[in-house]
Amino acid sequence: MAVFLALLPAPLLAQSALPPSEYADRQLADPAKEAEAKALMETLRCLVCQGQSIADSDADMAGDMRALVRQRIEAGERPEDIRAWLIERYGKWVSYAPPVEPATWPLWAAPILLLGAGAWLARGRFRRRRR
Amino acid sequence: MKRLILWLPLAVFGAFLLTVAFGLGGGKDETIRSQMVGKPVPAFTLPPALEGRPTVQSADYAKGSPRILNIFASWCVPCIAEAPRLMELKRRGIPVDAIAIRDRPEDIAAFLQRWGDPFEGIGSDAASRVQFAFGSSGVPETFVIDGKGVIRHQHIGEIREEHLPEIIAAYEAAK
Repeated sequence: MAVFLALLPAPLLAQSALPPSEYADRQLADPAKEAEAKALMETLRCLVCQGQSIADSDADMAGDMRALVRQRIEAGERPEDIRAWLIERYGKWVSYAPPVEPATWPLWAAPILLLGAGAWLARGRFRRRRR
Repeated sequence: MKRLILWLPLAVFGAFLLTVAFGLGGGKDETIRSQMVGKPVPAFTLPPALEGRPTVQSADYAKGSPRILNIFASWCVPCIAEAPRLMELKRRGIPVDAIAIRDRPEDIAAFLQRWGDPFEGIGSDAASRVQFAFGSSGVPETFVIDGKGVIRHQHIGEIREEHLPEIIAAYEAAK
């Protein structure tokens, strides 16, 4: 049995026979709302393909997540509330937009530190040249 | 001081190499655990997946005794692999409900006929909505829900023989 299962072409079978959800691949009628939804979709991680945003992914589940985002935006929900709803369920990992918090301080501080270090080095150079 | 600064780029590069080496060697954990474990079942209702069979909804929980909720699909191959384990749970008198993800009634009926039918209620989640509400990121997944309607345990992936004790223990602990 186990051998038989291992031989099955699993990826081929791992597909739902149902058509994509409404709004999985259809834009909202209101361009402003669609833009809001699109911006949010680009910063949400696909749960099955993990390296892609749900806007990029062809997975059924990503399509269902796009439908969820569009329908909630259409219903008047704010993008950040939808993001919070997903984070509450899947953890911060589901969002590509890193929040400012102690764990991410190095991430946010690194560019400033590097710019500072660069400025300091450049200053030394300029000084030397003036002499 | 100046000597030290000359060595700084090498030190930064060394730190970079170490980070990459550990990152590559560590092995990647790609499972996404639901953050809903320890929280009440999200409110949901679902249409029955099969005609003449009960569905499953949040009101079925918090009735005093724990239940197991299996998230599956007829198109999911590992779900076939875990089918005998779910039958084993049923044999032990543990109530198991199911949510079928993105599925068609005729496919579900054929799946249950072929691989066994351990389920009491089966709800149909055609757009994965309830799956998202549970923080579930794939099929199959199994949740143990206690008598107060609080999610106590999540099992990700198919239930293999060696996983059964853990799930039964979680069920017993939820009593």
